[in-house]
Amino acid sequence: MSPLLKLEDLNVSFATPRGDLRAVKNVNIELNQGESLGVVGESGSGKTVLSRATMGLLPSTATRTGKILYKGEDISQLPRDEVRQLWGTGMAMIFQDPMTALNPVRRIGTQLTESLTVRLGMNKKDAREKAIELMKRVRIPDPEGMLRKFPYQLSGGMRQRIMIAIAVSCSPEMLFADEPTTALDVTVQAQVLELLTELRKEFNMGMILVTHDLGVVAGHTDKIAVMYAGDVVEYAPTRQLFNNMKMPYTEALLKSIPRLETPTGTRLPVIEGRLPDPTKNEPGCSFANRCPYATDKCRTETPPLTDGGNQHFYRCWFPIGGGK
Amino acid sequence: MAGTGKAHMRPEGDRVLVVEDLTVEFNLGKNKVVKAVSGVSFDLVRGETLAIVGESGCGKSTLGKAVLQLPKPTSGSVNFLSKELTTMSKSELRDMRPAMQMIFQDPVSSLDPRQPVSAVLAEPLQVWNKGSEVEIDQKIDELLTAVNLDPAVVRDRRSYEFSGGQCQRISIARALALDPTMIICDEPVSALDVSVQAQILNLLQDMKDRYGLTLVFISHDLAVVKTISTRVMVMYLGKVCEVATPDELYTNTKHHYTKALVGSVPIPDPDRPITGNLIQGEPPSPMSPPSGCRFRTRCPQASEKCAQEEPELREVSLGHFVACHHPID
Repeated sequence: MSPLLKLEDLNVSFATPRGDLRAVKNVNIELNQGESLGVVGESGSGKTVLSRATMGLLPSTATRTGKILYKGEDISQLPRDEVRQLWGTGMAMIFQDPMTALNPVRRIGTQLTESLTVRLGMNKKDAREKAIELMKRVRIPDPEGMLRKFPYQLSGGMRQRIMIAIAVSCSPEMLFADEPTTALDVTVQAQVLELLTELRKEFNMGMILVTHDLGVVAGHTDKIAVMYAGDVVEYAPTRQLFNNMKMPYTEALLKSIPRLETPTGTRLPVIEGRLPDPTKNEPGCSFANRCPYATDKCRTETPPLTDGGNQHFYRCWFPIGGGK
Repeated sequence: MAGTGKAHMRPEGDRVLVVEDLTVEFNLGKNKVVKAVSGVSFDLVRGETLAIVGESGCGKSTLGKAVLQLPKPTSGSVNFLSKELTTMSKSELRDMRPAMQMIFQDPVSSLDPRQPVSAVLAEPLQVWNKGSEVEIDQKIDELLTAVNLDPAVVRDRRSYEFSGGQCQRISIARALALDPTMIICDEPVSALDVSVQAQILNLLQDMKDRYGLTLVFISHDLAVVKTISTRVMVMYLGKVCEVATPDELYTNTKHHYTKALVGSVPIPDPDRPITGNLIQGEPPSPMSPPSGCRFRTRCPQASEKCAQEEPELREVSLGHFVACHHPID
């Protein structure tokens, strides 16, 4: 059986006055039904562009090459109308900022029933019942009253629950969650992450969870792709990644997370420097200028994505703990 | 507390700030009143970093702003450098402003997009006549260097040309410009990536050591405040729940709300998944807070007593205060 989603050599670049900006470079990723993939990286690493490119939500300045195989069929060449048919029922997305993603002048009920009537052809009464059922599922108190409310009347956590209810309303097979908890408090974040995992198992959805925080993906994904400057630099099953980290970048990202066990007054290790200019295509490893282990080889030769066994791939000349 | 009390005050210390019974209410009309902060007391000893932690809507930002009289609190007293701020006239208050500064949550929107960095930093210095043009210029370079930005590169740029982390560095430089005694940092790292967050936390610590600052650090994330604070105050719905040193707070958590906060911190370890079960739902409306202990509606240990009697802050071990009728053993 072919995987639910397979990206083959996906490239995305944007035309800018300074030249082509390569946001996503030769990405290969596979996701099975019911599986969860974490895409982790800093701002500007290309993680959001990756998920938007897969959904077909790129602006017209973007150029996309490579294959996007959804259930074995390449959807990258489909006309926009046909891709649209997949939205909601095939693939759905939850956006980072629940305030701006909801329409501020329309009632929650209208926004929640829209895809039900348009996509599933339900009549108003059925859609309303289904909407209430969905809101109960995402644990919204007083769902009937909620139908009449506007987004500004809700807290961030409630808005994100509404977004989730809208996204899963047409039982999609694949859910993209783009930093779904970044705008939320830690307590609400924990609740929302758990809800997403529950729903994924219940509907047997594939999920791509995009985040900058390794702590968020650790307990809620089956595998993780770490992105840096448009490249997938490490790609492995979650446990394998945490137990046997190969990329110095992933290690640095992990170390910079403040933890409760850290003694007070400790200086957090930081990643010095910044991402390379995405419009320049310089040779060598893109992380070399910030990597504590970098050598001359790293600055001149681009490391390939190496198969380290155990489905663990990394892009480094001198992986931590040695190569295979 | 989700209660009241002043057991945690330290009258013998060298106190920069003493806040007593501070209440902030917002009148919405039609007899609706939002009780954002209800009778909070705390003090700040010179050189310490007090972290105020709680969920959205617990009143932590309102409390921080009320200390700076932005706007003036509804009642209570704020004593800064032995002067009472709440009864001051506008001009008296203005004279106090250089000593108390603030850093805001969103670094991009808190900088004027039309002003170059040099103008952003020069403004406070010019307003307070801190020297000639040349001296001010030198001071700007010094400030930018202090926050690890290259003055030659950044001076003439505007805020939209910078990343979030760089904007936050500029905000810190601006707050430092008038040599303040105290800086209130309102969620300074919540809008930043984890890697940048670590840089800013380290920078704040460095600036504190270098300029002898006293900090109030407002955050919703206990792990973030752990590294830099010397004392943590946990707030819930306008009240104080627990006050302790960070190490004590994590190793010997007493309040059920603090426990939920500690348990919600995502741990980067696949074998220790976080669970959302520790605390369900969201805080009740601050327009009609529950009677007694304000946390009782979400507390697993709530009893009859919690509904009737408001718990007061009491010392459970040295320097550790909790407002709970049934603290965790």
